Amino acid sequence: MLRLPWFDYRAPRTVAEAAKILAGEGPQAMLIAGGTDLLPNMKRRHQTPKVLVSLKAVDGLKKVNGTLGAGLTLAELLKIEGIPTALRQAAAQVATPHLRNAGTLGGNLCLDTRCTYYNQNYEWRQAIDFCLKKDGDTCWVATASKRCVAVSSTDTAPALIVLNAEIKLESTGGDRWIPVEALYKNDGIDYLSRKPDEILTEVKIPGGWKSAYWKLRRRGSFDFPILGVAVALKFSGKAIEDARVALGAAASRPFLVEKAGNYLKGKELTDEVIAEASALIANRAKPMDNTDMDLYWRKEVADDFAAYALKELRGDDMRETRLRIARHAV
Amino acid sequence: MNAPTPGKKLEVVGKPRRRVDGRAKVTGALRFADDLSLPRMLHCKLLRSPHPHAIVEQVNVERAAAHPGVYLVLTNKDFPVPFGIMPVAVDEYPLTAHVRHVGDPVAAVIAVDEQTADDALRLIEVRYRPLKTISDPIEALDNPEPRIHEYGERGNIHRNQSYEFGDVDEALAKSDHVFEDVFFYQGNTHLPMEQQATLANLEGDGKLLVSSSTQNPHYLHRQLARVLQIPEARIRVIASPNGGGFGGKCDPANHEMVVAKAALVLGRPVKIGLTREEVFYQHRGRHPVLMKMRTGVTKDGKLTAMHLQTLLDGGGYGSHGPASTFYTGVLTPVTYELPRFKFEACRTFTNKPACGPKRGHGTPQPRFGQEVQLDKIAEKLKMDPAELRLGMVTKANSLTANWLNVGSTALDQCIREVVSRSKWKDRYRKQQYGRGLGLACSTYMCGAGLPIYWNKLPHSGVQLLLDRSGQVTVYCGATEIGQGSDDVLATIVAEVLGIDTGLVRCVTGDTGITPVDLGSYSSRVTIMMGNAAVQAAERVRAQLADAVAEKLEVLPGSLVFSRGKVFHPGNADGISFREAVEMAESKFGTIGAVGSYSPPKPPGRYKGSGVGPSPAYSFSACVVEVGVDPKTGWIEVPKIWIAHDIGRTLNPVLARGQVIGGVYMGLSEALMEEQAFRRLPEKLSSALVHKMPSMLEYKSLTALDMPEVDVALIEDPDPNCPFGAKEVGQGPLLPVMPALVNAIFDAVGVRIDEIPVTPDKVLRALELKSKGLAPRVGPDHFPSVPYPEPVYVITPEEGGDGKETKKEARKRAAAAVV
Repeated sequence: MLRLPWFDYRAPRTVAEAAKILAGEGPQAMLIAGGTDLLPNMKRRHQTPKVLVSLKAVDGLKKVNGTLGAGLTLAELLKIEGIPTALRQAAAQVATPHLRNAGTLGGNLCLDTRCTYYNQNYEWRQAIDFCLKKDGDTCWVATASKRCVAVSSTDTAPALIVLNAEIKLESTGGDRWIPVEALYKNDGIDYLSRKPDEILTEVKIPGGWKSAYWKLRRRGSFDFPILGVAVALKFSGKAIEDARVALGAAASRPFLVEKAGNYLKGKELTDEVIAEASALIANRAKPMDNTDMDLYWRKEVADDFAAYALKELRGDDMRETRLRIARHAV
Repeated sequence: MNAPTPGKKLEVVGKPRRRVDGRAKVTGALRFADDLSLPRMLHCKLLRSPHPHAIVEQVNVERAAAHPGVYLVLTNKDFPVPFGIMPVAVDEYPLTAHVRHVGDPVAAVIAVDEQTADDALRLIEVRYRPLKTISDPIEALDNPEPRIHEYGERGNIHRNQSYEFGDVDEALAKSDHVFEDVFFYQGNTHLPMEQQATLANLEGDGKLLVSSSTQNPHYLHRQLARVLQIPEARIRVIASPNGGGFGGKCDPANHEMVVAKAALVLGRPVKIGLTREEVFYQHRGRHPVLMKMRTGVTKDGKLTAMHLQTLLDGGGYGSHGPASTFYTGVLTPVTYELPRFKFEACRTFTNKPACGPKRGHGTPQPRFGQEVQLDKIAEKLKMDPAELRLGMVTKANSLTANWLNVGSTALDQCIREVVSRSKWKDRYRKQQYGRGLGLACSTYMCGAGLPIYWNKLPHSGVQLLLDRSGQVTVYCGATEIGQGSDDVLATIVAEVLGIDTGLVRCVTGDTGITPVDLGSYSSRVTIMMGNAAVQAAERVRAQLADAVAEKLEVLPGSLVFSRGKVFHPGNADGISFREAVEMAESKFGTIGAVGSYSPPKPPGRYKGSGVGPSPAYSFSACVVEVGVDPKTGWIEVPKIWIAHDIGRTLNPVLARGQVIGGVYMGLSEALMEEQAFRRLPEKLSSALVHKMPSMLEYKSLTALDMPEVDVALIEDPDPNCPFGAKEVGQGPLLPVMPALVNAIFDAVGVRIDEIPVTPDKVLRALELKSKGLAPRVGPDHFPSVPYPEPVYVITPEEGGDGKETKKEARKRAAAAVV
């Protein structure tokens, strides 16, 4: 089997202790929560941290009062009553049941960006002389690109972005709260604004939004998104009072589609409005050929997926479509 | 067909039962090769080439050999003798000096643990001289140099052949319609749950024991003796219970040779377990095949002739390729009456992992083309596709144009069954836009008529040992790969002896203690092992009957073996089976018997007629239902109906499992599986790599993507088969892919002439349709392939003798007619 590289393992009991270890070890240390992303990556030598700082035994990372602890597994998250619809729909479609039992909310938010030239064994990457993201000089997706275009593949981030959620980052230097969208940078290598010594500990989600998340992927389970559409709306009667739309798996970061949000404000969800908003959303989806399925097709169906989310929020019965796309009730 | 005791109903055969190895599997007690561990065991890792095509100029192992914990480093120099599953394709070295694909092993490290071996791999210095790469068959045809192998037809053509059964051009010229289509079937891999593992050690008697996840311990045994240059009698191969094979564990493999050699050199147990990526490199899966079919049809829907051309992407080694090449054509005439048939096939070498046998071995590709073409024919002739097929199914015991004996067939019943169950007549062509039904049929062999190496020996042997305890031990070289062969063996022995399978212990797949069976491939085990088992069990039953008859003072032939008892119909009390064995043991001494089986001699006598014949053929018909979203091309498959002519069902639970498993694999191939490769921009790189050698990114259906499958087992006992039971392991896969494609046509009126069928292809075809262009996605042409002059054979129907007719003789005959 593929073996992990050697590493030291630390198991602090408190966030403060974990932060202290991180500060002391510097960038050669990495946090591990569920390990569902990190450990396979370590086996493939994407990351070879000298020290793993486990968050498993850290107190308080599973809290559910007011804010959500970043250490909640996705399966635990799904058992919490009243979590916003988009987050539930996103979490329910991450990976497989086994992986949701281990993978955490914080881990999904910090998920490494993905690319078909990157998510491969060391030996495979050696055969292509490596790539820009790790150990090489060329981006094989776009050979002229100076920037790594690996794809943000987190499902929960677009959902939390439209919900206007914030996250708490803690370090020995203090705590800070930032909007979820501010966690991300559009760079496949340096994709998080989190500093190496910061720990993502909590997620705060304001209420009042009606939300939905639609995930495009080839199969009903296991696969990362090749498009994620999240929409959150506030209604005043039938009219939209506030609107937030975000896309996932369409760039190196999940991002807000402000144009679409602005367009929707003050409107009612008529078929025409949905079509226009969907086109605005799809216009921002500029996928690269570095994930599953045909590139042009992914671009072509983006507006359909945006429309599914909007129709669901209008109150259309989308269960059959959901079943067709997700292959299970979400 | 074996006749059970007169008057006795079948008691074990046909009853749904828990399989004999089921408990061990579900409790985790079963020990797969990678579960094996021995004291002082060392671990092996292979250094694999990062180059797709290169000469290994130098391997410097000093640093690796000196690494703490390393016991041995092996290179090509340690293996002067090549191997290969087929005698005509002995082209592999356990560690190569000429790399044919990324992942080809060039050196091995044996160390105290896997991690140390892995670390030491990186200390081996290899100097490669990269060569130009060949990425597909067209490039192989265009570039005879550099040659990937020094043998083969010429250049990078491995095999090239042509057969003509009756004058096909003449028949096509006289046909009312000639349909010409080009299809492409993408390559895909077996994806067994268990990654290959092998443990080699020297037993106490000094003999080499190799325990391996192999489907064919007998062939591995022979190849080990060849490579290691030691007598077969000093080697024992145990086929560990396989966690799936599907053909991927048929070839003897590099890693098996390497650990065997290392164990001999070091005198210590040496184990290797492949990573999932390495399994993709070992591969031997479905060949990508481009094919062209020119088919003549009468206006009332009868086939007149077919000219089939195939072009195979063989990958870097021969593997089973010579057989695969034949299989892209030879079974085509078995399903429907086809008076004349011309078949040309060419297999090329390319710098990719070798292709070989995967479930259906070479036949799913042409079957896909033929069944899709039939759908087009039905549409053109305005006939119902089911009626078209029913009007031309082959007749039982007829000979095909290429001299295969069809034997028993219930294909017509299979078609009627799925038509009825799916409410085809009410729904085909009658559903709303976006909903569709598609039908397709297929056939498969029940065991290859000839062994892989030429010999006149039995294909399967079974030995039975009974003793006074009442237990029955059955020995056979057949290999349990998850298909249920141990259960088949126990079922047959138990049925003949009138006992419960719980009394039967199966000892299988061990060349040290079991009679030879050629292996778990070509759907041969139930038929060949089964017939051998019937023979052995009947011989034992005769001994028991003699002893009991003497005691009861009745005729031996009048005794009934049933429900653990032996009795005379006049006195149902009888005696227990255990007492019967005791009587026999006291009368004859130790009780045992052997049975063996060789398939019947095939009728064809031309060179090449050895591939295709089988003691019997199974038949399947399938209806697939689809929903297609015309806006996105998104495909859903809510239900599949399949009817399989199984001859007789031995254990319905297992048989249905095999059918559903075959449907699963077929649907997965139809919708997503691709053993695809990626060549980087040539100006920047010479890389030619597998696109996605991981279980996450190589897409196959998950449980959520799998529809309900309605299975009908059609029973029409075949006289050549044990209790009439035909194969079920491979056939039910075959009709699924074309049925899906045909259903998509019914749903939205577009033709996808290649698989996998993905939403983007459907959407592209729909766009073509909306522009008024031909609504088809598929290969646009078939290249010019330098096929040889055909071997010409007159068909049975036209009075042939099964031999080749030379061209001159044919001309003379034609002249005489004029």
